[in-house]
Order: sequence, then structure tokens, then C-alpha cells
Amino acid sequence: MEDRVKAYILRRLLALIPVALVVATVAFVLIHLAPGDPAAIIAGPDAPADDVAQIRRTLGLERPLHLQLARWYGRLLQGDLGQSIFLRKPVLDAIIDRAEPTLLLTLSAIVVSILIGVPAGVLSARHHNSAVDQALMMLALVGISIPNFLLGLLFVLVFGVWLRWFPVAGYSPLEDGWLATARSLVMPAFALGLVQSALIARIARSSMLDVLREQYVTTGRAKGLAERAVVYKHAFRNALVPTITVIGISFAVLISGAVVVETVFNIPGLGRLVISAVLRRDYPVVQGVVLVIAGVYMLVNLLVDLSYLVIDPRVRYQ
Amino acid sequence: MSVVVLPREGETPAKRRVPFVLRVLARRPIVLAGAIIVVLTTVIGLLAPVIAVDPMRMDVAMRLQTPGAAYWFGTDDLGRDVFARVVYGARLSILVGGAVVVFALMLGLTAGLAAGYFRRLDNVIMRVMDGLMAFPAIILAIALMASLGPSVTNVILAIGIVYTPRVARVVRGSVLVVRENAYVEAARALGVPDLPIILRHVLPNCLSPVIVQGSFVFAAAVLTEAALSFLGVGVPPYIPSWGNILSEGRLYLQQAPWLVLYPGAAIMVTILGLNLLGDGVRDLLDPKIRGLSIERTRAT
Repeated sequence: MEDRVKAYILRRLLALIPVALVVATVAFVLIHLAPGDPAAIIAGPDAPADDVAQIRRTLGLERPLHLQLARWYGRLLQGDLGQSIFLRKPVLDAIIDRAEPTLLLTLSAIVVSILIGVPAGVLSARHHNSAVDQALMMLALVGISIPNFLLGLLFVLVFGVWLRWFPVAGYSPLEDGWLATARSLVMPAFALGLVQSALIARIARSSMLDVLREQYVTTGRAKGLAERAVVYKHAFRNALVPTITVIGISFAVLISGAVVVETVFNIPGLGRLVISAVLRRDYPVVQGVVLVIAGVYMLVNLLVDLSYLVIDPRVRYQ
Repeated sequence: MSVVVLPREGETPAKRRVPFVLRVLARRPIVLAGAIIVVLTTVIGLLAPVIAVDPMRMDVAMRLQTPGAAYWFGTDDLGRDVFARVVYGARLSILVGGAVVVFALMLGLTAGLAAGYFRRLDNVIMRVMDGLMAFPAIILAIALMASLGPSVTNVILAIGIVYTPRVARVVRGSVLVVRENAYVEAARALGVPDLPIILRHVLPNCLSPVIVQGSFVFAAAVLTEAALSFLGVGVPPYIPSWGNILSEGRLYLQQAPWLVLYPGAAIMVTILGLNLLGDGVRDLLDPKIRGLSIERTRAT
């Protein structure tokens, strides 16, 4: 590996440190944001004093704030997210138990959004200003205006309740057979992925349009290359760079979208976990889920940055 | 997206008197459609008490009525008028959207101006903003709602905090460009203190991207409020909000699909309108389009 590449990767990794520190601090602050004694708030209005005292001890709330913060950083470095107050087990275990449906839903939504968004964008750009282009872009505009949970509800209504093609709600875990899992994820994945595919289509189209105006595209055409070769071998690869960025951002949007869509389909994933934790004021779980999702998001962004090394050789010579 | 054809320098003074915004709207019917939707939603929201009956009045004898002459959008499981709830939902969406824009712009402008102008503050402020942006928007909003508790004010606060860093980043970017201009240097050389320089010379020249950002923050705030309320962590359930109606409607999808269809259509049309308008505002204020941002800045 060239030194430049190594330096680039190292620079990216170092840049993550201050961000991670802020993320950890924000998660810590969450519990102290509400006015009043956090232990009393967690225990609820009618809780006996013993319960409040016990919660205060479990969460270490009796210590001075700066010591609490130091202990929080220390524990996070060891991968310890604390104990759930309600579930009475480590937060990390609760998250691992619920991660499968959320991850599978996010990944299948990404596949849906790429498989629909990229071809739609390329098609639109190839037939710039034609009826096809205008129809696709109008559709994309409508697409980005529908919230994913609403699209999910409409799918349940049409394909679940009226047509009965898919189960109305629920999730079948992988260990009970992948076919049932796939069936239970079709509607949620489309609800989540379609909205994002609209965004990807818009970006893919505009970056394709930019690239198609480049001189090397004209050169390719002038030397008699087939239009197909020009579009897919020369233009497409170069148009990928901004598109990959959007796909990276999509991951963040989709994993947080998964949290919302899970509610529509009653999928027992991280979304249900965090929402029920909010309603039960189980702060350690809220903090844990938020941290894990932010961590995954930062990791994906790092991977997107690093993927430029492969896609766009210019990055190596910066 | 087509580009606005712009008037060039040699325009007659008479033509200049037609407000610039109206001229752009007339050329872009789709932006005009967006503007009409947004204005209409706002008017409906403001006039809610005139247009609709009490959205909280329950009438259990009239529960889950199909839409018809008596109840245009039907009734919900407690016999409340869905039309009234959708209309009051518009009021809430506009309130939340507007308040979030004001909140995020004030905070984001302050942070962005400080970070861009005072180089020593830059690193600290922007690292905090980066940290906040490392959370996906809805996740941070959910987490903040967990701490703040359900109320309209807290929804505004939570969404406002989520979108502040996004505004700050845009502002800082333009400040970095604007502060290098000769007129800023001249003011500094004349001994003008920092605050007047920021307010009189830097701020007005950073406003166009902020206005564009503001229009998208508005749409995002309306969406986020609906999502939070749908999840049950937004505004309290008795307050009519599009998200709340959908959340209840989910349980009666089979018997009463109108509980989902009408508020759903309201959200979709409103967001579509805001997006169309946002696209229009962006094209209008895009600095790449000659002469425009200057004219616009003078007007504001």
C-alpha cells in the first residue's frame, strides 16, 4: 500500500476521535437533560423512595457529575453500555437480541433503493428531457414527499388487508427459515427503500448528466464506440462517486428509517426496543441504542470515504 | 430540473417594479403550485377554528363513521371528527415547522457566524456540530424526546436541536468565503469592532444559502414531527397531529382506512408543496445564477 493511501486512512481514523467523543458526551447528557432528579423521573411519580435510591445507585447518579462522565467514558471504552432498568439485563445483550431484524431490514432496503434508484437515474439521464425523464423525475419528487411510515401503512392496507399477498405485520426470524423472513420483510423493505430510491435516482441522474457532458464521453462517441459502451464503461463509473456518497448517507437514513418502519409492521427490532425504552424511561437502553446506531453510522461514513480510494483514483493523489 | 431564465442587466426600470419573486413564480408553474399548496395549508391551519368543529369532542355513539355528508373524513374510534383533526393537524404542522425554522436558524446562524468569523472558536464549535450530526436525525430527536418528555414545545426544541448543526455548517461555509472580501478587510482596517462587521457586512451576504436551508428544514421538521408523533414519542396523543391520527388509524386499518388515508394525503401534499417550493427557492437564490443573490440580499 502506498504511503499516501495509508496517510489518508489514518487521517480519516483520527478525525473520528473528536466526533466519537462528542457523540459519547451527548448520549451521557441525555439522562441529565430533563429537569429534576433523573432517578426520580426514571422510577416514575408513585415510586417508593427505596426504588429511587436503588436506581440512583445502579446508575451511579450519587457521584459528582465529572466523575460520572469519566466513568461513562471508561465503561464505553470497554464496550460496556450498562444495565437496562426494565429488562434487567445488560443493554448490549438487549441490543444484540434485537439487531437481526433491523439490520436485515436496513440491508434489504438499501438493495431495493439501489436496484430501483440507480437504473432510474441512468435511464432518466440517457433520455434527458424526454417524457420518460420527466415522468421518472415527477415520480421521484412524489417519492421523496412520502414519509416511509406512511408508505408502509398504505402497503399494509393495499397488499396486506385488501389483496392479502403479504402478512400484515410481524417478523419471522432467520432461524425459522429464510423464506419466511424474506416474506415478512418484502413490504417493510419496499416502504423504506422506495423513498430512498427516489433520492438516489435524482442524484444518479444529475451526476450522469454532468459526466455525459465531459470531453472523454464525446471522444468515446467520436471514435465510434457503441452508445452502450460510452454510457456504461466510461460515464457510469465516473458518475458513481457522488452516487456512492448518497448511498452512504442513505444507510444512515435507512437505519433510522428502519426504527420508524418497524412500528408500522410490528417488527421486534432496535426501533421497537428504543421506543418502548423511551416510554418506560429506561434511559440506559435509549443511550445504548442511540450510541450503537451513531457508531454504525460513523463506521459506514468511514467506509464510504475509504471506498473513494477504489472508485476514484484522484483521491489517492490529494 | 430546468433553470430559471434570468433578466439581464439591460432591463427597463418599469419591468423591475414587478416583484422579482412573482416573476420567477410566473415562469415556473410547478414552483407556483408548491407555493399555493404551502399558502393554502397555512391558511387552513390558521383558520382551523373557523373551518372545523372541535377536534377533541368525543361522541362514542358516532365512532368509526364512514366519510359522508355529516363527517367529511369520517370519525375515529372515539367518535371524533377526522376532518377537524386533520385541519387542526395542519395548524400544528405549520406551527412546529415555523418554530423549528426560527429556532434552528437563530442558533445555527449564531454558531455558524462565530465559527466562521472567529477562527479560534471554529474547531470547538464545528466538532460539537459534527458530533451532533453523527446521529441520524430521527434517532437524535427520539433520544431528546426521551429526556424532555412529550409536549409541543419539546418537539420543537428536539427537532430544532437536530437541525441546528445542519444550518451552522452551511453558514460557516459562506462566512469563510465572505470574510475574505475586501469590504470586510476595509471595515476591519477602519477599526470597526467585530460585532458590527458581522452583523452589517458578513451576515447579509450569507443569507441566501440560509434561506434555502430554511425551506428544507421546514419540510424536514413537518416530517419529523409526524414521525415522532406516529411513534408515540412526539406531541401528546390527545393533541390532533397528523402523526397521532395515523398512529391511531394503524390499529383500525381494516375497519376504518380513512383514518390513514386522509391525514396521509395531507402529509404527502404538504411535504410535496414544501419540496417544490424549496427547489424553487434554491434555484432562485443559487449563487451560480448571475446577479441574483445580490439582488435578493438587497431586498431582504
